[in-house]
Amino acid sequence: MRRFLVILLMVLLLTAFAAKFKIGVAIPAADHGWTAGMVWWAQYAIKQYQSDPDVEFYLVTAREPSEQIAQVQALLTRGINALVINPYESAPLTPICVQAFRQGVFTVIVDRGILSEEYNVYIAGDNYMYGYLAGKYIAEKLKGKGNVVIIRGIPSTIDDERVKAFKDAIAQYPGIKVIAEQPGYWSREKAFEVMQTLLAKFPQIDAVWTGDDDMLHGVLIALKQAGRDKNIVLVGGACEKNIVKMIMDGHPLVEVDFTYPPSMIATAINLAVMALKGQSLNGFYQKGIPRKIILSTETVTRQNAKDYYFPDSVF
Amino acid sequence: MLINVKTFISKYMIVLVLIGLVTLSGIISPAFLKPRNILNIFWQTSYMGIIAIGITFVMIAGGIDLSVGSQLALLGAFAVVISNKLSDQLHSTFVVISLTYIIAALLGLSMGFLITKGRIPAFIATLGGMAIYRSLVLHFANGGVYVSFSRSFSGLGMKFIVGLPLPMLIFVIYAIIMHVMLEKTKFGRYVFAVGANELAAIYSAVNINFVRITTYVISSISVATSAVLLSSMMGSVSSSSTGVGFELDAIAAAVIGGTSLSGGKGSIFGTFFGALILGVINNMLVMLNVAVYLQSLVKGLIIIIAVLLQNINVSKS
Repeated sequence: MRRFLVILLMVLLLTAFAAKFKIGVAIPAADHGWTAGMVWWAQYAIKQYQSDPDVEFYLVTAREPSEQIAQVQALLTRGINALVINPYESAPLTPICVQAFRQGVFTVIVDRGILSEEYNVYIAGDNYMYGYLAGKYIAEKLKGKGNVVIIRGIPSTIDDERVKAFKDAIAQYPGIKVIAEQPGYWSREKAFEVMQTLLAKFPQIDAVWTGDDDMLHGVLIALKQAGRDKNIVLVGGACEKNIVKMIMDGHPLVEVDFTYPPSMIATAINLAVMALKGQSLNGFYQKGIPRKIILSTETVTRQNAKDYYFPDSVF
Repeated sequence: MLINVKTFISKYMIVLVLIGLVTLSGIISPAFLKPRNILNIFWQTSYMGIIAIGITFVMIAGGIDLSVGSQLALLGAFAVVISNKLSDQLHSTFVVISLTYIIAALLGLSMGFLITKGRIPAFIATLGGMAIYRSLVLHFANGGVYVSFSRSFSGLGMKFIVGLPLPMLIFVIYAIIMHVMLEKTKFGRYVFAVGANELAAIYSAVNINFVRITTYVISSISVATSAVLLSSMMGSVSSSSTGVGFELDAIAAAVIGGTSLSGGKGSIFGTFFGALILGVINNMLVMLNVAVYLQSLVKGLIIIIAVLLQNINVSKS
């Protein structure tokens, strides 16, 4: 009897120390500024739960889809209660995410969707508005007339959707002409090169839209070097910290930015924890966490830029 | 006489290919031929071109260096970090450049030792280097971007001397120096000897390990040159994207210029023009506003045709 009590006590002690909920976070490794931002925000969110004994996190980053599949398999073997995943690619990651869901793991899909409805929560940015608002801003700023250059990201479905939305927005202004559309591959150096070439080709460029803020840095350098850093409207996107700082300080050319927040991973991690703990969202009469969440594309101007400036972040 | 003409054509075929490409682009888009754009092409080519010159030595000696792209990011990040630590004065920039070269030489030296004394195939050793250097810079930057706050350092890559951008000038001068080194010195002849026939080189009392190791040091020194220019011009180094894919472009430039992948054959002259052909293609794709998804196709086709034209000529003569 006494031996039984001792064993019982030990088991109780062990379970008291082991966290109640294990959460796996699987994201692509940093391959450009934005993904680095996502890694940073995942680490940030996990740090917020440091003193919470109820949750324990496993963060993994992958360089390619097959590596991510292997990582999720390992996480499932560890017996995670929730999986927060930004799939590297939709198709190859679908089966493993579905498997996790069917095993009863609370599955949160972030940004890049999977080809199945078998998940608990899908949370993503709004690619359409990201392109649309940029187009609308440029058209209005130019008063409906001018030559626009598009420097887009890596040609992909996400990028296609943004560029299409941009064109939808400016289609209402027949005076706005897209004189060039070239990929800058979400890279500063490449965007610099492309802009340098376009500046040699076109004597008059009224506005440039780059698919993200990293590329906007490259464009700024090219403009400065060519001595054409005036009378031009510049819009990037995704709120890289140095661009937000420029807006905050009243940069003459960059006055606006639009969010596509890498912090969505942090929100997704919070949602997973809330779901496991049985908490519901403030202001909702329903108990469950919403199943599909599209985050709004927020407009950052000089007035509100300080709320979007995270000097410690890597992006 | 006829034979002379033929050898002349086969030697300078690459220049003809370049002239053809430039003429074609100029006809389709006259803005391509603006002096400003021609300078831009040299400028845009210089970073990769300098690296390609270094890799030519490695390849002629029968090796390969896949680590150059990651090394570019690592050395660039090193230069930016050091320049931020030092006072913002011209002499600090000299310190930064010297330190970057020392680190580069050490990297090249250790790579050379691993390949010669450690007997690791160059492909594997430098593939490992590629992964390790990238991982290090990602780790130190936490995946982010290193931004330069030093005005004297970040002004460097933007400098114009006698109306020409500094990176372009260095590219041309570097090519001339390395050409002389490869064609006119004893060391240059040894590089060819080691790559063409290792055994014969050993019997001729050539210290083949010394030659091989030196080629990797040259490669790293070239990367350092490019890293200082690129990081100072951009005022920043991205730990995740700077230098990605540079190794393939540099190797392609050398091969387009007639350098053999199996060693023993090649020239700086060829690599210089091979790099320019790649630069012209990249510039032309933007100038002619080639559709986004078709760009790689056009690039691939031109590269294949460029090499094909040279081969047809060689087989005829």
